Amino acid sequence: MSIDNQVFIQNVIIGLTVGGYLALIALGYTMVYGIIELINFAHGDLFAFGFFISLTIFAEINPEIPLHGSDLYFTLPAVALLTMLLTGSLNLAIDQIAYKPLRKAPRLAPLLTAVGISFMLEAIYAIWKGPIQIPYPRYFPKEDYMENEHVISFFSKLGMDITEWRIVSFTTKDLFLFGVTIPLVALLTLFIDRTRIGKAMRASAQDREAAMMMGINVNRIIASTFFVGGALAGVAGMVWGLYINSGRFTMGFEAGLMAFTSAVLGGIGNIRGAVLGAFIIGMIKAMSDSYIGSEWTRVVIFGILILMLVFRPSGILGSTQSIEKL
Amino acid sequence: MRDILAQPRSILSGRLRWVLIAIFVVIAPFAMKELELLTNFGLITQVNRALIFVALAQGLNIVVGLAGLLDLGYAAFFAIGAYTFGLLTWPSHDIEMSFFLAIWICALVAAVFGIIIGAPTLRLRGDYLAIVTLAFGEIIPALVRNLGDFTLTFRGRVLIEDYNLTNGSQGLTPLGRPNFTFLENLFGLDKGALNVGVNPTFWYFAIVITSMIVLFSAIRLNNSRLGRAWKAIREDETAADFMGVDPIRTKLAAFAIGASFSGLAGAVYASMLGAIFPELFKFQVSIFLLIIVVLSGRGSIWGVLIGGIIIATFDGVFLAQVLPDIFNGEVLPEYDVQSLRWVFFGIGLIVIMIFRPQGLFPPKSIETKIVPPVAESLEGVQNS
Repeated sequence: MSIDNQVFIQNVIIGLTVGGYLALIALGYTMVYGIIELINFAHGDLFAFGFFISLTIFAEINPEIPLHGSDLYFTLPAVALLTMLLTGSLNLAIDQIAYKPLRKAPRLAPLLTAVGISFMLEAIYAIWKGPIQIPYPRYFPKEDYMENEHVISFFSKLGMDITEWRIVSFTTKDLFLFGVTIPLVALLTLFIDRTRIGKAMRASAQDREAAMMMGINVNRIIASTFFVGGALAGVAGMVWGLYINSGRFTMGFEAGLMAFTSAVLGGIGNIRGAVLGAFIIGMIKAMSDSYIGSEWTRVVIFGILILMLVFRPSGILGSTQSIEKL
Repeated sequence: MRDILAQPRSILSGRLRWVLIAIFVVIAPFAMKELELLTNFGLITQVNRALIFVALAQGLNIVVGLAGLLDLGYAAFFAIGAYTFGLLTWPSHDIEMSFFLAIWICALVAAVFGIIIGAPTLRLRGDYLAIVTLAFGEIIPALVRNLGDFTLTFRGRVLIEDYNLTNGSQGLTPLGRPNFTFLENLFGLDKGALNVGVNPTFWYFAIVITSMIVLFSAIRLNNSRLGRAWKAIREDETAADFMGVDPIRTKLAAFAIGASFSGLAGAVYASMLGAIFPELFKFQVSIFLLIIVVLSGRGSIWGVLIGGIIIATFDGVFLAQVLPDIFNGEVLPEYDVQSLRWVFFGIGLIVIMIFRPQGLFPPKSIETKIVPPVAESLEGVQNS
């Protein structure tokens, strides 16, 4: 296979991994927007919180690097659950302290409050871990499947010699990232579609007052939305830390903007749209990094965001709310 | 009754107040020079920076405060003003335009960009507009950084190769400064006798004049037909539309005028610093300006003036200098205390939004002005 094609395949793999973690963050944006119509500016910083808190938990446990045996199959999921619990609780607390008093205020007020929260969190991370690039130890064992005998022999039976594909790599880390993000996204979709709470969330998103009249405790639904959204962002932060092995206190802002763009692209308020948008943005980022140059990626992504909002503000799949145009 | 009671409050009314303010403004830099001997904060430089931020905040106040449009990327217009000035006066571009001409071009270019970004997006609802402006605010510094070494190829053919427009992250320096050769010739002085350089007292007056131009325009606009249209749009867009106010055109005017203030202030700022970098126009700057407007009181021109001076000086002197002096001595020797400023502003923003959403110095309620005469006369009947 030619080098160009190999580069393309590798970019697709990168795009899917980026899309995976963006999807987890974008879901939080879209769920919160769906219910209280707030662009939760601080949501990206919860992703960063997941990164930092899981780093701290790992440092406390101090497992052998890379993880193996019981550490891999027991400690890792336990840390993930604890991270989700803590990040979800933080998001819940933020909602109760900062957004809840402003539920009936003009929409500018909670948005600005969210900006304030975001800056506060980032400053706290900078104090906590230092305003520098933080290494995330390589806890997750890395093995390239392209060098695995079984995989090589499997493909040679199909008549393909993948040892020649020197540029392409698909590692255990890639698989781990897909293995966490895709089931979680699927679970969340099921949760929204099939459970009572999910039904109540959809009802509250459609019409909060009507939902209230039907006996739904809307405040509790909003709180659980913040909790679930925060938990997803937290686990995304942890998985991304294990995958990319470094981060800094502003990483939440960057990731948050991309995830938000994904949510808008797919149609804000629309769960499936957020996932679709995240994978599209992940792909665009990977392709732009490779073919245009990573310094242009921001321009490309934000350019797409502007064009999308100008020409189709309801997103690809359409948002649950109709966006008033005047 | 009410009028009589109100009388004693305005002893310093009319001309006397203005004369006192004018005297204060003129004396201030010299007083600050004396103070500099005691402290070491670069007080005049800080006040100059604060006044630039006031001029910027006045522009943002038109967009956010008067017209009620949330702009999260206002620093983009600041960057456009500063970089236009940079491109027009950076020696390597061989234009080296005069300062006095360039600043107006900068204001104009910023206004044009305001229209370019506003025209397609202003029909969007509030928070979507916020995101578009945020994206715009992120794109401009990224573009400025990338246009330092720009190669454009189209189907294998090189159209532009390694073109250096903005000098990338190294920034543009030196930049043009005001040039008074005309006055030097008039009074027969030596060439270069009136070179201003970085003399803070000169820049103080230059910036005070800039701020006054901005302030005066803001006040006049606020009381004009356009200003009333902005406030009508802010209060109820649909109602204003029915009353014959064209929402898109009114909002565009707010965007363009707000941007032009920012362009003017950006140009003066660029000339004062003599060097500009993409880093000067980060998202944090947009938020800092928004904080000034929101904390001071959206829509209040005097509020933004006073609040802007207080907040920007507080930031430049207290948070950036006094606090590190206190903490870095013994308590936190290695920690960069300046990053605490965002904790301060974050908490400030949250507290203000929850407890005093109208800001510290809100504008006088406009409802009093639009109370119909009938209601007033009824009130009169009841009182008597």
